[in-house]
Amino acid sequence: MKNDAFISIRNVNKYFGSFQAIDNVNMDIGEGEFFSLLGASGCGKTTLLRMLAGFESTSDGEILIDGQPSADVPPHHRPVNMVFQSYAIFPHLNVADNIAYGLRKHKLSKPQKQEMVDEMLELIKLPGYGKRKANELSGGQRQRIALARALILKPKVLLLDEPLGALDKQLREQMQLELRALQRQVGITFVFVTHDQEEALTLSDRIAVMSGGKVLQVDTPEGLYEAPKTREVASFIGNMNFFQGTVRRNGSSEAAIETQGLGSIPISLEKVTKPDGAPVQVALRPEKFELLEEEPTGGHFVSAKMDKTAYLGERSHYYVTLDGKSEPVAVSSTNQFVARDDDRWKEGEPVWLSWSPEAVVVLDAD
Amino acid sequence: MADTSLSPAEARQSAERIKTSWFSALLYRSEALRGYLLMSPTILILTIGIIIPFFILVAMSLWTRDGFGFDTTLTMANYARTWDEPIFGALLQRSFWISGVATVATILVCYPMAYYVAFHVHKNKMMWIILMTLPFWTSYLLRVFAWKVILGYEGVINSGFMSLGLIEAPLEFLLYSQTAVIITLAHAWAAFAILPMYVSLEKIDKSLLEAATDLGDGPVARFLRITLPLSMPGIIAASFLIFIPTTGDYITPALLGGPDGAMIGNFIQLQFGPVNNWPMGATLSIVLMLWISAIALVFLFVTKKAQDKIA
Amino acid sequence: MSARGDTGTYIKRPNRPLQIYAVIFLIVLYVPVLFIPMFSFNDSIYVRFPLQGFTLQWYAELWSRDAVWAALFNSVKVGAVVAAISTILGVVAARAITRYRIPGKSALVTFIMMPLVIPGIIFGVALLVLLSRMGVPLSLYTVTLGHLIVCLPFAVATLLPRFEGFDPSMEEASADLGENGWWTFWRVTFPMVFPGVVASLLLTFTISFDEFIMAFFLTGTDATLPMYIWGQLRFPQEFPSVLALSSLILFISFILVFIAQRVGRMGLEDA
Repeated sequence: MKNDAFISIRNVNKYFGSFQAIDNVNMDIGEGEFFSLLGASGCGKTTLLRMLAGFESTSDGEILIDGQPSADVPPHHRPVNMVFQSYAIFPHLNVADNIAYGLRKHKLSKPQKQEMVDEMLELIKLPGYGKRKANELSGGQRQRIALARALILKPKVLLLDEPLGALDKQLREQMQLELRALQRQVGITFVFVTHDQEEALTLSDRIAVMSGGKVLQVDTPEGLYEAPKTREVASFIGNMNFFQGTVRRNGSSEAAIETQGLGSIPISLEKVTKPDGAPVQVALRPEKFELLEEEPTGGHFVSAKMDKTAYLGERSHYYVTLDGKSEPVAVSSTNQFVARDDDRWKEGEPVWLSWSPEAVVVLDAD
Repeated sequence: MADTSLSPAEARQSAERIKTSWFSALLYRSEALRGYLLMSPTILILTIGIIIPFFILVAMSLWTRDGFGFDTTLTMANYARTWDEPIFGALLQRSFWISGVATVATILVCYPMAYYVAFHVHKNKMMWIILMTLPFWTSYLLRVFAWKVILGYEGVINSGFMSLGLIEAPLEFLLYSQTAVIITLAHAWAAFAILPMYVSLEKIDKSLLEAATDLGDGPVARFLRITLPLSMPGIIAASFLIFIPTTGDYITPALLGGPDGAMIGNFIQLQFGPVNNWPMGATLSIVLMLWISAIALVFLFVTKKAQDKIA
Repeated sequence: MSARGDTGTYIKRPNRPLQIYAVIFLIVLYVPVLFIPMFSFNDSIYVRFPLQGFTLQWYAELWSRDAVWAALFNSVKVGAVVAAISTILGVVAARAITRYRIPGKSALVTFIMMPLVIPGIIFGVALLVLLSRMGVPLSLYTVTLGHLIVCLPFAVATLLPRFEGFDPSMEEASADLGENGWWTFWRVTFPMVFPGVVASLLLTFTISFDEFIMAFFLTGTDATLPMYIWGQLRFPQEFPSVLALSSLILFISFILVFIAQRVGRMGLEDA
């Protein structure tokens, strides 16, 4: 098989007894890519990561790392290193010995080792921490040591198992930025497991969304957000409004979707492949709607009635009810021009909802 | 990162190409195989020490003594004897009676102690646990021997009371009686029995007790409705840990029991010693095991029913 | 442990009668055993009150007895071998139990723990029957085998919490950083379970050193210390020296077990 991918996962399945943890997964990860496995707990993302590290075997299928089949290669012979969820900092060793742990085989002199460790401590912004005991470290420091311990071996791939999950929100956001910068600096392929969609969107070049052992979609953050391929992906990443609809084709050049709630929406031909009369779903993100006080003069709009509102500081969430749609539609808008309380929408007020057909995502019907 | 001459990843890459042997590949692939391999020496020793001897014991119980050798034709004669001759039944009954009383006594005495340490000791809990269990690890023979020193005809109690003028002549019932055996067994096993009860009490979420109080239970009702049922697994485990080993005990009855306090263990030991009827000894061992299993099953069944009823 | 903070809560308020009970319990637990050393210093051949005065002559007498020394060496030899083997096997088995998904695991664990709940006499006679049918003469080797069976469950039970108490990803991290199983064991696993290993060695040594039930059936001509004491119990005039010997054994056992328990629980309490 010829391909340029650095890691190739081919038809991989994994069973624990009768439970199928990984269901026919295929994907390629490129060299130097920051690649995330995103999904709720139990979706198989950690199992997949542990297969790359060599801690779990594949039930069938194969995994190629840098063109090498990996099935019989035990973890200690793989050119990958891992940052564990618990960090797994050896408690009986100090920071320097933890970082230098993997160097034993490389027959280096003491000063050489020392130099490499110092370089690493510099890289993770903890210079002078070498003599510290493992139990004197904070969560963020442990996380950095775990990174340094793996990176000192210059792996071809760095695997990260929810490395930021144990940190509080502020530290987590800071570490996200540092992690991304670090990855650019060292240029190593990162495979990053997370359940936090925001984290995945912030960090990744590409994301694989997983559920029930299957990969639902592999795409860039923008691709996943703006053009999800299934309802599951659409609702897992951000919020999404769904409308039932039917394809209407007028000859071969024009198409529209007749929706329940939004009326008829003209759609470019590359977005609809279904024949005339086929049921589909139309999906629109809450921030793609614009709320207006008065009926707009052009474009696509529909009249609605304000229901519940929620004030979130920089933005507000609104729920509006439409004729022909039972559940309310979520709308999100910034509070940039709203300063005072009486400027905001009130429950029961009539409003106008406008949108652009370009923002519309067309999905298969359930 | 600066360019160092070293490239571990490449070094490893070359190591990776070294063909691993089929055996290590198989081991790497099968977690269960690795596990079994690690367990195998332990299992092997226990097989040699438990399983094989047990089958030979069963075989021998079907033989009979023939002068100084064995008649290896299989027969149920020994089992028939244990059934027909009342001495065996009486001995078994007495063994179970003595062990049963010792078990109940030990549980009753140890439970409050376990309760105390689990609920009312906050500092140096570890020291308390060590102190409670320490004697168990020391010589069983010597702990029994200590009671001989205490209960003996001229022992601590008799000579102590006499020199205090409390009694005129030594109390003869102290040594060589069932009571002596029961006291000694209860004392010898207390340190062991306390552990499972402590563990199950310690595990009880204290907020459950607060909830019971909040819902109107007084201390007694709370104990009976929450603490006791939740610590039942510990009590059951402790009962087994005392009852089963003590029914087969022969040191305590030999040193302290006298004729009234002899137990089935002494009889088994006699068959392998002075009486020199090994097949009979084997039969008695099997019969003892069968009875223990039967009693254990009934006990488990009854406690399960009782628990279901309470719940 | 969360207990510290809520000492003053309603459920945990001090209970005076229970406190008194606990103290009495400990006294009753220890005092009977303490009579042995007490009378071992008594200047009388009779073990009875009133005490006749302090003497060390029973200890001095022990010192000059060859049979005591022989029995001591036998017990130490058996104990050391049993402690080493059962601890090594215990480490290996505990690792397998805690780290691998093995079908039939709980049945295997039950099997290993069985000697804890089966009367010792049954193991003793069963082994005796096996050995005699195989024509193996009784010796210190047969005693060692018997003691191994008694000690293995204790070794496993001592080491299991150690293995359960540390994050399996520690070992995975070591493998991930390039160490094979052998080096991972010595660089990570062993240092982390070391207190458990020390505790297991001390405990199993003490159990073997003090064991009598199996030894009774499996000893050949070389007696272990408990067997020697058992033999001496028949002679009333030997009582004081038996007391002296017993005191020494008890003293050593208490010290070893105390250290074992302290070390074995080190670092586990606050987990």
